[in-house]
Amino acid sequence: MGEEHIQLAHGGGGRLSNELIKGEILPRFGEGTLAALPDAASLVTPCSHLVFSTDSFVVQPLEFPGGNIGHLAVHGTVNDVAVAGGQPKWLSLALIIEDGLPMVILRRILDSIRDAAANCHVQIVTGDTKVVPRGQCDGLYINTSGIGVAYPGMDLSAHRIRPGDHILASGNIGDHGAAVMTARNNIQFSGEVASDTAPVSPLVEASLRWASHIRFMRDPTRGGLAAILNEIASGESFGFMLEEEKLPVSGTTNAICEMLGFDVLHLPSEGRLVMVCDSAVSASILEAWQSLPTGAEACLIGEVTEEAGRVVLETTTGGHRMVDVPRGELLPRIC
Amino acid sequence: MKYISKFRNLGASRVLAEQIQDLASRIEHVDQPVQIMEVCGTHTMAIGRHGIRNVLPAEVELLSGPGCPVCVTDSGYIDAAIELAEKGVVLATFGDMLYVPGSELSLAQSRSLGASVEVCYSPAEAVDIAIQNPDDEIVFLAVGFETTAPAVVSIVQMAQEQNVSNLSLLVAFKLVPPALEALMADPEVRIDAFLCPAHVSAIIGCEPYEAVVRKHHVPCVVAGFEPLDILLGIRGILQQLVDKSPSVENQYNRVVRHSGNKRAQQLMDRYLEPADVDWRGLGCIPESGLRLRQQFADYDAIHRFGISIPHGSYDPRCLCGDVIKGRVKPTQCPLFKDVCTPENPIGPCMVSEEGTCAAYYKYS
Amino acid sequence: MCLGIPMKIVQLESCDRGVVDLDGALSTVNLSLVETPQEGEYVIVHAGYAIEKLDTKEADARIEMFEDLERLYSP
Repeated sequence: MGEEHIQLAHGGGGRLSNELIKGEILPRFGEGTLAALPDAASLVTPCSHLVFSTDSFVVQPLEFPGGNIGHLAVHGTVNDVAVAGGQPKWLSLALIIEDGLPMVILRRILDSIRDAAANCHVQIVTGDTKVVPRGQCDGLYINTSGIGVAYPGMDLSAHRIRPGDHILASGNIGDHGAAVMTARNNIQFSGEVASDTAPVSPLVEASLRWASHIRFMRDPTRGGLAAILNEIASGESFGFMLEEEKLPVSGTTNAICEMLGFDVLHLPSEGRLVMVCDSAVSASILEAWQSLPTGAEACLIGEVTEEAGRVVLETTTGGHRMVDVPRGELLPRIC
Repeated sequence: MKYISKFRNLGASRVLAEQIQDLASRIEHVDQPVQIMEVCGTHTMAIGRHGIRNVLPAEVELLSGPGCPVCVTDSGYIDAAIELAEKGVVLATFGDMLYVPGSELSLAQSRSLGASVEVCYSPAEAVDIAIQNPDDEIVFLAVGFETTAPAVVSIVQMAQEQNVSNLSLLVAFKLVPPALEALMADPEVRIDAFLCPAHVSAIIGCEPYEAVVRKHHVPCVVAGFEPLDILLGIRGILQQLVDKSPSVENQYNRVVRHSGNKRAQQLMDRYLEPADVDWRGLGCIPESGLRLRQQFADYDAIHRFGISIPHGSYDPRCLCGDVIKGRVKPTQCPLFKDVCTPENPIGPCMVSEEGTCAAYYKYS
Repeated sequence: MCLGIPMKIVQLESCDRGVVDLDGALSTVNLSLVETPQEGEYVIVHAGYAIEKLDTKEADARIEMFEDLERLYSP
């Protein structure tokens, strides 16, 4: 018998489906409410304010330097809950698997999901598995939804942002985008850049002491820092000014951007937190972040201006330029 | 990174800007700003990306010329590429070309409709695609100037050596010196100096600019793409204008040799010959492009598939042609920003990230 | 057109192929367009091809000149 692969029947509701669930899912996630395989999870919470988010993951390749789609599926949703001011508690996990996916890859990804969930202190409480014929998905798609309990004392809204507020980044930006680019096999890079995929919830928790001074938080995933800042400022009476000199960017990611013609502000991160806060507390928050392993490179990257809706970068040459929203597809350029 | 980061520096850039200001004020009887045209799209991008325009004094104006291959490539080439893709060939090209509108569709749109389009960082990837897919015909859509042409034609050599018979090129190469000449010959265009391209010059050297200086008495200064390189280039131009002694000056001598890169020139000469080609906005310029020589017709997609390059159709309101000549600023075009945006580009100068209109949209 | 950046040749794989490095980003590039490439030399990489060597003496002289200029700068 050769290498094991997923077959269509693994999703057919019969004997092979059972094997998949009992053999691969339950051993990893079956300790809590999932053990009895109920149709829905029953959750008990004394809290009246919940935060709920969902996200789908279709990254190619499935595995890349520093992580895989499993890490992203957990961190992505955990981070969406955390930046909305919730302490992530429960996740759902839905897998759409392509017929023929090697079992060994699926196992590695499921292991990563288990480890990432444990690391984020979230429980996977409900889930689903489907198998689709070859060509109908690209190996594996994952959807996760997450529920969190609102942190007390937070009032997050773009409307509370005022000129003079500070913009903080919790670490190097764009490493995830650069890692995925290097892993795409038609671009031959073997640099040491690794995805930054990680939960941002510890960073959020570290800043809770100053909760009322925090205006807004986002994790700069798709479209990078440029997309989220433009999104926040759009239609508002304030703008942002970033300082190129201060942007935390790793040497290798910077090099990849120079080579392929990417703007680092367009590259996604999967474990970074961007926060707008009252300037009075920014130094304290940065200090708190810097004591965490994922916040070592945290720094102040700019401030809020009165230029309505505009995101501007002060360059290392002393010039100013608009920071635009990326087109949406990162393509290597020769021009 | 030293050879990049050391060429980006606030203090040095401020001092250079002051020197530029000083020189600008010393140019005799100038009642309008000095108009310097950068002919290379990578200069245009760098000027935007580093915010160079607002470092410069008002007396110095930068015009962005026809140096973006995407902007000057006739949309007929895109139409031809799409036609080939619809016939079932695998179309490989640089990422820059994907969103350029043809007469009806862009390659990205055609891909959504089922065409097979592969984005390559290096043309050599097209050879790998051809080897891995022996039953498919691979066509590389080859746009570019002198910098890119040697790399692209080297894949013909590779294909010959490795007996790869399912790869061909759709060639739309253009040459910089004939475009400079055509611009200067246009009575409606006022250009006081050229900031000459960095990497085109690495291939062709500085000699081709001598004729422009001799005939038109405008400074031609070769500059690198880093911000301090660009400022040095501008300073060099202004110094020449103050001294009234226009010449060819190489401010990028860490890379550009006077006679250029002989190996690259020989490779181009072996496979390519000059051709009269259409430039969007400038019209047909004699011997301003390159095509594959007759003996390599097997590798020429036009011959191989018996297609012709149709004339592209354009929105008549679009002022890209005048923008490329430096006659109008993007902001003077009636379509700019209202109708024509990077998401919905009408003219090619908005499509290419280094297009003048896109640079204006993005950076100002 | 023509992004090109200086990268250092760290390994010659054959007379016309080699690995180049920029701050940990490694790439295998075609070296056939430059004369006698040597490990340790810098080349300008465009579209996966080294299109010319970087003259580091000239580059260093430029850097020195910029450092002199910077000393004239008072914010």
